[in-house]
Amino acid sequence: MELFVFLGLLALGYLAGNAVEQKHYASIKERERRTVSVPVYNMGAKQPLPEAEGAQLFVGSVVISSDYFKAFLASLSKLVGGQIFAYESLLDRGRREALLRMKEDAIRWGAKKVINVRLETATIGSRSGDSGILSIEIVAYGTGLR
Amino acid sequence: MSQTRYPSPRGSIILTTLEGVPGQTITKHFGLVQGSTIRAKHIGRDIAAGFKNLVGGELHGYTELLQEARQEATDRMLQQAAQMGANAVVNVRFATSSVAQGAAELFAYGTAVRVD
Repeated sequence: MELFVFLGLLALGYLAGNAVEQKHYASIKERERRTVSVPVYNMGAKQPLPEAEGAQLFVGSVVISSDYFKAFLASLSKLVGGQIFAYESLLDRGRREALLRMKEDAIRWGAKKVINVRLETATIGSRSGDSGILSIEIVAYGTGLR
Repeated sequence: MSQTRYPSPRGSIILTTLEGVPGQTITKHFGLVQGSTIRAKHIGRDIAAGFKNLVGGELHGYTELLQEARQEATDRMLQQAAQMGANAVVNVRFATSSVAQGAAELFAYGTAVRVD
């Protein structure tokens, strides 16, 4: 009985998780194409500040979690070590989403570029006694210039 | 979608992640200002997140929760800056740390300056 529940959850995690991921990637790619004209870059301390009329801080954040199937795959990978593919795409999605949110917010304000962008990742923890399902917050922030 | 309001309604303090404010020069440094807040997870949101955990994807409840918290931390930092008489905070950084099971501290800091 327990095995069936487990297999059911795995199947649900795999099917629904894949669907969610593919939809998310489609949306990310579409929005990245749309916002590609606004450059995002980091400056060194020795470079002079660029000319601009206005500057403002923009923050984009997202909390993203792995699905049941990915958590299971990851727990298997942990036995043998090495690369955990299941989580790589998760973090990639989260980071790109956070950057896009920051960028889109800046574009709404009229930004021509976004500079000195910092990315930060924080684990907000699996619920206690969980199968190691991961939820992470990713924050991207930078200065929009117009 | 993310609708943050940086800077907050409190005055018109400029926030940047740069060493200064483009087009303006720093006339006075006031030193480091900081703001922080600690938030615990919400049980209702946690249950919803529990279901969402099965299929993966974004946990909107938590995204909002942490956005509000970060805004609060930023507001506190701005309050400190305003008290000093600053009109900009440069080199702003954010940090997050978990202080206990299910609780996180959100922290914002930067250098308060006066620009002309």
